[in-house]
This record gives sequence, C-alpha cells and structure tokens, in this order.
Amino acid sequence: MTAAPLIYDDAEIIGILRTVRTIAMVGASANWVRPSNFAMKYLQGKGFRVIPLNPGQAGKEILGETCYASVADIPGPVDMVDIFRNSEAAGPIVDAVLPIAADKEIKVIWMQLGIRNDDAAARAEAAGLTVIMDRCPKIEYGRLFGELSWSGVNSGIITSKRRKLG
Amino acid sequence: MTDRNRRNAPHEYGFETRTIHAGAQPDPVTGARNTPIYQSTSYVFDDVDHAADLFNLQTFGFIYSRLTNPTVSVLEERIANLEDGRAAVCASSGHAAQFLAFFTLLDPGDEFLASKNLYGGSITQFGVSFKRLGWQCNFVDPHDPENFRKALTPKTKAIFIEVLANPGGVVVDLEAVANIAKDAGIPLIVDNTLATPYLCQPFAWGADLIVHSTTKFLSGHGTSLGGAIVESGKFDWAQNDKFPTMTEPDPAYHGLTFAETFGDFGFTMKARAVGLRDFGPCLSPQNAFYTITGMETLHLRMDRHIANAQVVAEFLAGHPAVDWVSYAGLKSSPYKALAEKYMPKGAGSVFTFGVRGGYEGGVNLVENVNLFSHLANVGDTRSLILHPASTTHRQLSDDQRDAAGAGADVIRLSIGLETADDLIYDLDQALTKTM
Repeated sequence: MTAAPLIYDDAEIIGILRTVRTIAMVGASANWVRPSNFAMKYLQGKGFRVIPLNPGQAGKEILGETCYASVADIPGPVDMVDIFRNSEAAGPIVDAVLPIAADKEIKVIWMQLGIRNDDAAARAEAAGLTVIMDRCPKIEYGRLFGELSWSGVNSGIITSKRRKLG
Repeated sequence: MTDRNRRNAPHEYGFETRTIHAGAQPDPVTGARNTPIYQSTSYVFDDVDHAADLFNLQTFGFIYSRLTNPTVSVLEERIANLEDGRAAVCASSGHAAQFLAFFTLLDPGDEFLASKNLYGGSITQFGVSFKRLGWQCNFVDPHDPENFRKALTPKTKAIFIEVLANPGGVVVDLEAVANIAKDAGIPLIVDNTLATPYLCQPFAWGADLIVHSTTKFLSGHGTSLGGAIVESGKFDWAQNDKFPTMTEPDPAYHGLTFAETFGDFGFTMKARAVGLRDFGPCLSPQNAFYTITGMETLHLRMDRHIANAQVVAEFLAGHPAVDWVSYAGLKSSPYKALAEKYMPKGAGSVFTFGVRGGYEGGVNLVENVNLFSHLANVGDTRSLILHPASTTHRQLSDDQRDAAGAGADVIRLSIGLETADDLIYDLDQALTKTM
C-alpha cells in the first residue's frame, strides 16, 4: 500500500527556508543538466550556501564550492542536509548524520521529491531534528515566494496579502 | 491520513473562493488588488548570469511574453487550481492548446485515438491538418468505451475525448475510458470546455490532461479568445518507452529531460519552453485579463446557464415543430445517467435539437430568430444559435456530420443568461415560421 502523500504546513516550510543558510546537498551532480545541479544553482542564487557531497567528485569543485565525500568531512557547521538519493539510501545517510548533528549544528534533514523513508525520519525526529520528505527545496521556495506561479504551477496559496518576495 | 498530516491539514477553500482568488495576490510592490495587465513584451535581466539561468530553465522568471507573462501566469494558475491540477499553460486559442498538447506528446508516425463526437473544428484539425505532421488520429465511436480498447495499436500515444461533447449533448463515460487509457499506459486528454471545472472535474475520474477553449464559458462574455492545457501531475511518463519526448534528453533544450527535471509539471514546462517558444501561439495579456475577470463569476453564470438550458430544452421537447431534443439534462436523454454521474449540477447549456423540415427548416429557423444570435461560438452571456450543417460542420462529409451529431436538421443552441421566457418566446415565434 502506498502511504498517503505528506502534508506540511506552508508556515513550517517558510520558516525553514528563512532560517537555514547552509545546505549540505547529498548526491549533488557535477553535470549541469542534472536536477541536483539545477537545484543547487537555484538555491545559490537565493543566497543559500550549498555544499555539494558526492564521493566521486570529492576534492573537486561544483558550482564554485568544494565537494566532499560525506557530511562528516565538511569543515564547519551546516544547517540542513538535503538528500538527493533514493529512499533506501536515505536511511544510512540519516544514520551517519545523527551522531554528528549536534556537533555540526544540523537542524533539518530534507529528502527530495520522490524520496521518503518514514523509519529514518522517525529516528531523526526522535533526535530532535526537523524532517521534510518528498519535497524539493527549490520547488518549495519557488512555490511559496511566487516564482513557481510564474510558470503556471498551482501553488495552492489563497490570500489577500501582498505576495511575499523571497 | 497520518497524525502528522492531520496536524498540518490546511483549510480547503471552496470552488467559488478559488474562482476569484486562485493564482492572484496583491502586487508585492504597489499593492494593486486586481491583476495588472502586464503589457510588456520582455523583462530585464539582473545580469548575464541571471539571463543564462533563465534561458537554461535553472531559475523561474520572465524573459519574453511568448513564453511567460505575469498576467497570463495568473490565469494559468487559476485554471490549474480549479481543475485540481498541478500546472497549466495557456495558448492563443483552444485549437492552439490542442496543437501544443499533441506536439508535446507525439513524434511523426505516432497515433492517437479521439472520440467521433467532437467539435467539428477538432475533427478537421486532428483528421486532416495533424496528418500532414505525421500524427495519425483514429476516430472511435465513444458510446461503447470498449471501442477505444479495440482501436489501440502499439503506436497509440493518447486518447482524446470531450466529456460533454459539442454539439450533440453527448456525455462520454469518462471513468471507463480513463481506465482503458491507464491499462494501455497512455494519457487520457479531456476537452472540458463545455462542462467547465464547475460542472465536471475530469482529474477526479482519472483523466491525465485537460484542454480548454477558454474563449467559451471560462471567459464567458464572448470577448476573448484563449486556450489552456492542464496537467494532473499524476501521469508517470517513464512507465514505458512510449514518451521519449518527455523522458529522453531533449535536443531542443540542451539535453534537458523534462519529466525528470520538472517532475509533476514537466509536461506543461515542455509545452511552454519548447512548444510556445518554437511555434509562438501565446495568449495576449489583454485577453488573459478579460478571461480572469470573466472567470470570477463562473460559478454564478454556470448556475444560470444550466437553469435556463433546462427550461428551454423542456419547452422544445414539447414543441410541434421539433422532432427531437438532445440535452443530457432531459429525462428522455440516453445520457441522463452519465450526466448525473459526471456533472451532477447540470449538463451544461449547449445542446442540439432537430427541426422539422430538415436542412431548409434549419436555415429558416436561424434566419428568423430575433434574440438568439446566429453565430459560430458557444459559452456567451448571450444565447446563440447555429445550424452546423450549413456552417461549422460544412467541411465534413455527410457520414462525418451524422457521426458528429450534426446532421441536416440539427440546430445547436448555446443558452445564455437572458430571461428564460424571452428565449422561449423567440424560439417559438421562429419555429412557428418554419411550420
């Protein structure tokens, strides 16, 4: 049985996108037409620092940032880990993050659109982290700050307030 | 629903609220409450890198109004929202929207199935003009949905129906056809023009794409041409190898794979970024503005359209100069049960009837009405009358005309929002002259 699609409160997503500044992107591709590369470049353009994680590219640069093999290798703190891998792979990635989350000041684990691992999410939430699954931060940023609507996408937003700019 | 979902479940706004608010917010800078008409061809780039990101589709934004325009975007989101879809792209007309939908799906040599009960212009577009592009349309009698299954070939890439067909008052068994399309791994495209999302929600019954001529009830006042494609976001383009235009790197866009990069709005992105870009049938911001304004009263207008249509259809059914009335809202209609299932509020306001005296009777009638306007459109505030055999369906053969419900004696009405008694008075006096 397929689990019901997840529902997140828009205010929670906005809160994350407004407070997170540094994102570790697991599975960032060096190939510029790949979706992860698109998302990384978009988020960089919105003022996020995105640190690419990809064992095959470790030590090289992607979009001007040094690539590392794992979260543990990143020097300094990270606000959010964004997982661009499949649902099964997300489990071990979360388990590797949890022991170093406090040290790295990691507050959010985000799994990309199509990626969902409820067990791993429960472990991360038990450790005090916020978890978002089956969403893309680029698409959510675009949706919540009006840019996705420019491409005719249904944002689901109904409000008489001025459109917020990101 | 999980506990997490129950906690986060947002308030669900009703259809009437969404016809007025979806897609539109006060302008972030000026606070303008109504959607401004952005009468601008083009938009400045912040710098060269921003321009590159826009052209590469790496960021969202405006380049040139052939692709996106802020007024048109509001209309697109509103239609996507009302259809409970993921995304929409507008075009200069309903025909342009159909062209873009099939261009995005098909390669030369591909085939699709379409209901025989379609607007005559669509039959010509699909059967004659598309053929010159190498797209083969095979027409199917929709009265038995299994006819679609029987007509499938390995090259069939889509099924197209009008759920409430123009002009015959025919209702197609949407859910049954959707299941056949699903079994075949191909999308069902529904033209929802005559029903509108207020009367029928095709995605709820399994449709994958919806097309509209927004010229009709959505715009509603006979002022503005326009069209739209809506994507449900639920069709898996990678489930088979039938849709390389969606799942393989696109040479028209530097090797981008649309289904993978844009996920559940990949189809509309491709229809826009390749289809609108390379063929150019974009909606003007002025027409988008009129359509947005018209749509804000869609729910009110449709209620009156169907109430008037019911009264006029019942009057005609008892008139001595009328042989038959094909309106799915009548008890005598063979489509009554399907209409109640798929459009429970009412069966629209476009229907046909047969006038005694055949072709000559039809010509006499349209020339003797005083209030009904004799013209080739539907979905206006004004009531409209047409004799398809001498106008819209003129280019079809007799067999095609009969199959499309447009035989020699057929009169098509689009019932407007006038006083119902006046509509009855006008038809009665003109019908009396045909006897």
